[in-house]
Amino acid sequence: MSERLTLITGRTRKQAVGMHKGKDSPEYREATALVEMNPEDMARLKIEDGGKALLRTAEGEVELTAHAGSLPAGLVFVPMGTLVNKLIGTETLGTGMPSFKGQTVDVAAVTEREDAS
Amino acid sequence: MSTVVEHVTCPFCGCLCDDLTVEAEGVEIRKVRLACSSGQGIFMDYDPRPRRPLVDGREVEWENAVAEAASILSAADSPLIYGLSSSASEAQRKAVALADRIGAVIDSTSSVCHGPTGLAMQAVGEPTCTLGEVRDRADLLVFWGCNPDASHLRHFPRFSLTAKGALTPNGRADRTVYVVDVRPTGSSKKADHFLQVDVGSDFEVLTTLRLLVKGKEPSVDTVGGVPVAQLKELVERMKSCRYGVAFMGMGLTMAPARQLNVAELFTLVAELNEFAKFSVLPMRGHGNVTGADQVLSWTTGYPFAVSFARGYPQFSPGEFSAVDMLARRAADAAVIIASDPGAHFPAAAAAHLERIPTIVLDHGPSVVASHARVVFPTAAYGVDAAGTAYRMDNVPIPLKRVISTGRLTDEEILDRIIEAVA
Repeated sequence: MSERLTLITGRTRKQAVGMHKGKDSPEYREATALVEMNPEDMARLKIEDGGKALLRTAEGEVELTAHAGSLPAGLVFVPMGTLVNKLIGTETLGTGMPSFKGQTVDVAAVTEREDAS
Repeated sequence: MSTVVEHVTCPFCGCLCDDLTVEAEGVEIRKVRLACSSGQGIFMDYDPRPRRPLVDGREVEWENAVAEAASILSAADSPLIYGLSSSASEAQRKAVALADRIGAVIDSTSSVCHGPTGLAMQAVGEPTCTLGEVRDRADLLVFWGCNPDASHLRHFPRFSLTAKGALTPNGRADRTVYVVDVRPTGSSKKADHFLQVDVGSDFEVLTTLRLLVKGKEPSVDTVGGVPVAQLKELVERMKSCRYGVAFMGMGLTMAPARQLNVAELFTLVAELNEFAKFSVLPMRGHGNVTGADQVLSWTTGYPFAVSFARGYPQFSPGEFSAVDMLARRAADAAVIIASDPGAHFPAAAAAHLERIPTIVLDHGPSVVASHARVVFPTAAYGVDAAGTAYRMDNVPIPLKRVISTGRLTDEEILDRIIEAVA
């Protein structure tokens, strides 16, 4: 089961600190390989806190570690970085700015995808 | 030899905190006082070892790297110069000169940051102020679509939330603070009032605030997830404050409606000046991204997304902005200065930088440098090079050199490239 949710990206303290260590550092990887979700969305999608979630858009897909956060239902947050940018399209609506916030994304538990395949 | 340098400016973010003390032993930085965790990394994780330029991953002499860069740019039909925001304004001027010389498109990280804010400023103006005025006078703060608690860690204590000033001697107790965002954040937890807006509804909420300022009554009870009663309370505070300041961030520029959101906020702030003194400031991210806007505006008339292809500057966001240039494969060579679009652009746009010959100027490793044709290792402004940067309120602040490594600056390398392509 997957659901279409809304993705926003942004800065976190750990992402900034990891960036200084290097984008190939464990700190950066750990800081950017996560998705924060609404706990009820996670329960419905059978995604455990600390478990893997698969996020997919027309641009690509990426597996991230899911964490329960204080997000409203239907919204997921991923720290800015190389991983989430696999999901972001290049349409800028004539402004130069891609949809780093507000893009729709299909979200599923990773185990389910493995079961289906 | 150990050195202690005081009143050092941190070049990381648009706050440009200029009260740091840095202790070094030779070229090794040992201790940084007062910097936030983001600023600490700039200094403490800095690798001062000498490095040589690379061409196709192999170390070469400087003149060979300059010759290769000049050869690439001389052969290109549509070169792109991008980045600039972690460089100094002296180098930004040189980058514009290079763009002019080779007929390039030049764009800064503004286009994926506050580019839409620039478009809004062009449309409706900018009721601005300095951060000193905020610290000394502001008794109402509204943070809209920004989270300084994660992105500008000393903004609250130095300039806004808890800062003590001439008319705000009690700091936090002298201010009322609102946060407006689509989710609770570290910043919203520190506010007096949090208005949670539905994603994509900022424009409607801002329009409703303008309506209420004009004394009109909306025909609904809730707008964008926010009860109108709460918006009325905010408007009353806005109209009756001594000095209100709104800060805005990517929550407006990256969301649907982009520059229209920002223009609506700027218009609201301008209209509030019929009732109270009110200003608005964008929360600028990179240390000198404001300088990139300044320098491009002085020299070309436009803040970002400028093409010199016809021999004179043309402005066209959506066309000459870097993501668009790369996504439609319109650039056939690139110069990337002090930024990493390899990490921060949509993957499909970043991928084009791997197809074309790319020249990188940066003080450290980056994703884009890892597959560049030419890499120039540079000094870092504010660490081993001095220069000028613009704070988020457009105040120029000197960046100090706290260690001496002998590395060349962006400005010096760009000078050599300009000379070689002439």
